[in-house]
Amino acid sequence: MPPAVGEGSARSELRPRRGRCGHQVTRAVGPDVAAAAAARSPKRPARGSRRFEAAGRWALLALVTLLSFATRFHRLDEPPHICWDETHFGKMGSYYINRTFFFDVHPPLGKMLIGLAGYLSGYDGTFLFQKPGDKYEHHNYMGMRGFCAFLGSLLVPFAYLIVLELSKSLPAALLTAALLTFDTGCLTLSQYILLDPILMFFIMAAMLSMVKYNSCANRPFSAPWWFWLSLTGINLAGALGVKFVGLFIILQVGWNTISDLWHLLGDLSLSVVTVGKHLTARILCLIVLPLTLYTATYAVHFRVLNKSGPGDGFFSSAFQARLSGNNLHNASIPEHLAYGSVITVKNLRMAIGYLHSHRHLYPEGIGARQQQVTTYLHKDYNNLWIIKKHNTNADPLDPSFPVEFVRHGDIIRLEHKETSRNLHSHYHEAPLTRKHYQVTGYGINGTGDSNDFWRIEVVNRRFGNRIRVLRSRIRLIHLVTGCVLGSSGKVLPKWGWEQLEVTCTPYLKETLNSIWNVEDHINPKLPNISLDVLQPSFPEILLESHMVMIRGNNGLKPKDNEFTSKPWHWPINYQGLRFSGINDTDFRVYLLGNPVVWWLNLLSIALYLLLGSIIAVAVQRGARLPAEVEGLSQVLLQGGGQLLLGWMLHYFPFFLMGRILYFHHYFPAMLFSSMLTGILWDTLLRLCAWSLASSSLARGVYVVGLLSLLLGTAYSFYLFHPLAYGMVGPLAQDPRSPMAGLKWLESWDF
Amino acid sequence: MKRIFFLDGSGPPFGHMLLALGGYLGGFDGNFLWNRIGAEYSSNVPVWSLRLLPALTGALSVPMAYQILLELGFSHCAAMGAALLMLIENALITQSRLMLLESVLIFFNLLAVLSYLKFSNSQKQRPFSLSWWFWLMLTGVACSCAVGVKYVGVFTYLLVLAVASVHAWHLIGDRTLSHVRVLCHLLARAAALLVVPALMYLLFFYVHLILVYRSGPHDQVMSSAFQASLEGGLARITQGQPLEVAYGSQVTLKNVFGKPVPCWLHSHQSTYPMIYENGRGSSHQQQVTCYPFKDVNNWWIVKDPGRHQLVVGSPPRPVRHGDVVQLVHGMTTRFLNTHDVAAPLSPHSQEVSCYVDYNISMPSQNLWRLDIVNRESDADVWKTILSEVRLVHVNTSVALKLSGAHLPDWGFRQLEVVGEKVSRGYHESMVWNVEEHRYGKSQEQKERELELHSPAQMDVSRNLSFMARFLELQWRMLTVKSDGSEHKYSSSPLDWVTLDTSIAYWLHPRTSAQIHLLGNVVIWASASLATVVYALLFLWYLLRRRRSIRDLPEDSWLRWVLAGALCAGGWAVNYLPFFMMEKTLFLYHYLPALTFQILLLPAVLQHISDHLCRSPPLRSLFSALVVAWYSCACHVFITLRPLTYGDKSLSPSELKALRWKDSWDILIRKY
Repeated sequence: MPPAVGEGSARSELRPRRGRCGHQVTRAVGPDVAAAAAARSPKRPARGSRRFEAAGRWALLALVTLLSFATRFHRLDEPPHICWDETHFGKMGSYYINRTFFFDVHPPLGKMLIGLAGYLSGYDGTFLFQKPGDKYEHHNYMGMRGFCAFLGSLLVPFAYLIVLELSKSLPAALLTAALLTFDTGCLTLSQYILLDPILMFFIMAAMLSMVKYNSCANRPFSAPWWFWLSLTGINLAGALGVKFVGLFIILQVGWNTISDLWHLLGDLSLSVVTVGKHLTARILCLIVLPLTLYTATYAVHFRVLNKSGPGDGFFSSAFQARLSGNNLHNASIPEHLAYGSVITVKNLRMAIGYLHSHRHLYPEGIGARQQQVTTYLHKDYNNLWIIKKHNTNADPLDPSFPVEFVRHGDIIRLEHKETSRNLHSHYHEAPLTRKHYQVTGYGINGTGDSNDFWRIEVVNRRFGNRIRVLRSRIRLIHLVTGCVLGSSGKVLPKWGWEQLEVTCTPYLKETLNSIWNVEDHINPKLPNISLDVLQPSFPEILLESHMVMIRGNNGLKPKDNEFTSKPWHWPINYQGLRFSGINDTDFRVYLLGNPVVWWLNLLSIALYLLLGSIIAVAVQRGARLPAEVEGLSQVLLQGGGQLLLGWMLHYFPFFLMGRILYFHHYFPAMLFSSMLTGILWDTLLRLCAWSLASSSLARGVYVVGLLSLLLGTAYSFYLFHPLAYGMVGPLAQDPRSPMAGLKWLESWDF
Repeated sequence: MKRIFFLDGSGPPFGHMLLALGGYLGGFDGNFLWNRIGAEYSSNVPVWSLRLLPALTGALSVPMAYQILLELGFSHCAAMGAALLMLIENALITQSRLMLLESVLIFFNLLAVLSYLKFSNSQKQRPFSLSWWFWLMLTGVACSCAVGVKYVGVFTYLLVLAVASVHAWHLIGDRTLSHVRVLCHLLARAAALLVVPALMYLLFFYVHLILVYRSGPHDQVMSSAFQASLEGGLARITQGQPLEVAYGSQVTLKNVFGKPVPCWLHSHQSTYPMIYENGRGSSHQQQVTCYPFKDVNNWWIVKDPGRHQLVVGSPPRPVRHGDVVQLVHGMTTRFLNTHDVAAPLSPHSQEVSCYVDYNISMPSQNLWRLDIVNRESDADVWKTILSEVRLVHVNTSVALKLSGAHLPDWGFRQLEVVGEKVSRGYHESMVWNVEEHRYGKSQEQKERELELHSPAQMDVSRNLSFMARFLELQWRMLTVKSDGSEHKYSSSPLDWVTLDTSIAYWLHPRTSAQIHLLGNVVIWASASLATVVYALLFLWYLLRRRRSIRDLPEDSWLRWVLAGALCAGGWAVNYLPFFMMEKTLFLYHYLPALTFQILLLPAVLQHISDHLCRSPPLRSLFSALVVAWYSCACHVFITLRPLTYGDKSLSPSELKALRWKDSWDILIRKY
């Protein structure tokens, strides 16, 4: 076998290093598994050389790991300015260090780890991360980059071990490792402060531990079996905790587990109780454990971030009350709404804001020429409304009147405090949403007409009929027309100061647009309570933050007229992403897959489908295969099948996604497809070698094929490495450029 | 009908053609505006024949339900039950009595399933016999008709394909057959289930495009080339334009992407404001916009940078791919120009203007290189309508692009045009085509303005090939976005199963007679229950079989699985995808799924009585229950009848009594 050549020398010089870099992975191999692999290796070694063989495997693994670390850590500090999305994730890491609350569409674990890495390496969170291209100067950014690069480097040995486990073939594993090491895309993505290396680390670790526990299946409930099973669960939690894309690896593990259990169920030698035990173990390790960990990350997230920050406005009023620095924090206001109270009313949907009015009329031709009513995101005295009974105009704050609480179903009038006009609606069409009715401010000093009457309804009537500040979700139903007060979320033109439109919708659907809650509440006659009583419980916070995240993700819609990356662009490496620099004097980094690797992957998937279906049909027709081919086709169908499933799960769902997509979303799928390539070419070459009669020729074909693949990848990496490590100088059209002649596709932009 | 071109997002033309056929046979001349629900049909509308087809297909669905259950291997009793259930389902009746496509779709769905079952049953006895071929072909034809009526039919097609491929896989595993025979089987299936539907589908479009050759209200969405191939409309103008754009040509340039609205490159006297609202500055040169209406200001003249003439020489010198040109605005004779100034609304792109030479600090940069996107060779000539071109700025290598943003009042709410770096990637909004074109003749500006005002008139006409037109039409149909406006009767898929919603179709102008789309509550509830029971029983049997405990004999197990795959599967594939759709959904979208659910119901009932009721008294008790339940369903049918047929005016109190659920929106007149 070709790799055996370099073994001796590599081993001697790598020994000392293994302790540092390869520690985690070398332990992962474990002597028993390596021995088992050796025993099943197609080239059965002589009994005496088995120890030597095992040591060789370790050395090879160390070599792969070292190479991976060397490529990933080479010139890690360059460029010394913010690249691409570092501006987000670095900033969010800083938020953790400063403990200010923020909002992001991804779950918190990845940013927490970045923050932790920064904290441990002495970064103080003072850098602003304002926009790509800003210099880091004296700030210590290497800790965070190093952490991401460390996780990114581990991908290669992980892939090596997965393929080794699935195919029991060293050359296949080596080919996979080479493909990933020499892929400029993976390399670039691992070198910056991004979520992707962390996500891919957890995905690959989950895959590796799943494969490992599959191979422990012959000794169920043994210590390694439990170890790998629970490690799978932990990694799943990690993957999901970094990005929701982690869901796909959960599906893969789930599918594997179900088919595993199905086999166990069909095994009549096992009692039902044993099968039940298997089921329970999996539920514990793959469902309960990950969920607990996932929730725990949120608990840490909310515990750490306890200061008011830029993310407040995304969340409900009750949520904001727990952030120090927010004006709702430690505030004390009356709990139940009473007539005469001065209140602000906030829409429950994210980023709509407070019910607002001001001394400006709707312009000519847009409904009735009455005072505008809008929603406004900022806190302002024009957001204040007085709640009054519909039939009396007496000042309820007169001390001679008793306090009367507002109840569910009451008919009320809302008077704008600054302009003393009533909230009013009528059969005129709304300014933007033509099917809804217009909402205006009407009347003088609180005297209006019957179109000012609204029925107040509490949607979540758990707390009795009174209306609680912050917690009660209320709807305001217009008495005359029967419509519901809501905000369409559309921005009014300039005459409306670009605030949002308020309408009265005749469709009585329950949407968040038409549900409001009372936020500020001033009533001197009522006793104040501390808002802490109203603090939401942890499950409520968890639920709310998920709702906000999902809505945020759905909100990331591409614009019609913008160029956007389409999923079909990705496997063909159609276009990369610019990480840094545009002009020829800049330090430019361009995220682009190594085209040789990627196109080889693409070819391999097609070949795999062809070969796989030929073998499957042959087996179904009952063809009798020779023992050697039988073994190879087993590897191809089972091991390759799992990897193909992984590729499909991490790729095809993107076609259905409505949100904006980027090139780097393909990388998890690319890892799976590279592993598939490794297995496929190894099998293919072995099949070729087997079909040639003479054994020396056969071995020659095998060795030459494998070597040319390895060397081809390495050479292409040499050609394309400036993309990842950065290039200065003229663009690729210029013959003096480092990338001259390498712009193979018109759409590449370097 | 009037042979006017139209575009519908929900389905291919086959269904509409069928309706039109009914109308044509009934002598309808198409002169009726279908604009208001409840409008009286005038005397020239053969309502009866227009509604005949949906009613016919709705009626035929009943015996087909009977046949399907028989073919699935269930008893006559169960089959009778299925047919009777279909018969008294109010929603299906309402839907098939009006001029709507759902019942046609359901008919073809059932036909596809039925003929596949017939086919696979004859497979056992006489493969390659005449009836074998007939049913196989009928499956393919019915599938393509279902897809042709509404795209939703594709789900049933996929289901049939899946079942067929599982059967084919078993066939491959059948070692008693020779290789050649297996290959013949596979080829026959592929031909009937893949090739025939594809051909049929093409045929529908072919007929559609032949029949509908006049231009109509949806022209604007299509490309200039497509429009030019329709009679009237654009073709009236473009007919006989010179094909090759030459130096000196007067052209209008239409954006190919055409979103948010189709528009033409435009300029006018007004300039960009010196300072925008947000404090950024502009070049203060003449605005270039994209204008969604035909206007004399949309005319541009293609000029050779090396010469001064603005007329076409003789012979005309055609412009080729890669040539550098200048574009002169016809009415103001200013040059199309771009420079390193941020565009008004898209600050990352360059501003495009018409160069005014009073600002000395900025030189004019008005050279554009022509990049024909759909060229066949690099020496291609710029052709009217057919060529899609990018105009790439020579100095800064940006391409002329429609950004899609509306300019504020100073730009008269027209659309913004910017220069975007070519390297950002190819996008259709950067691509333009010449729509109107003529050779410029007048040298003087005054004459030229007159010339620009006169309509273009020229000679030859061109037609697109059918395939090109088909592909474009298909693409536009799939990508046309219906604005997700809410509707009073729109509903979410979750409401459908529990029948929490209704649709009012019609209300008598004076009395309170009305037609509502409302299901038979008993049937809906029990059909959903049957689906759940089926799923649970299936899971139970499956797990027990895995442990080698066989509750059912092999053949009845296989029957049970096939019934489930087709009926429960049919329900699932026709229902679940709606959760992922973003368009406005209505209750009637659920009807195809419901039909399959109704088929499943008697199958489950028979199974329970055959296999789970072990003693004869239990079995007779069960039969009695079934009869009682069925009469209950009949009672509901009769109670809801006035709303289904709309033939009886009910008093408000009776209507109130019928409003069993608060969410049913039954219209009650106030007197």
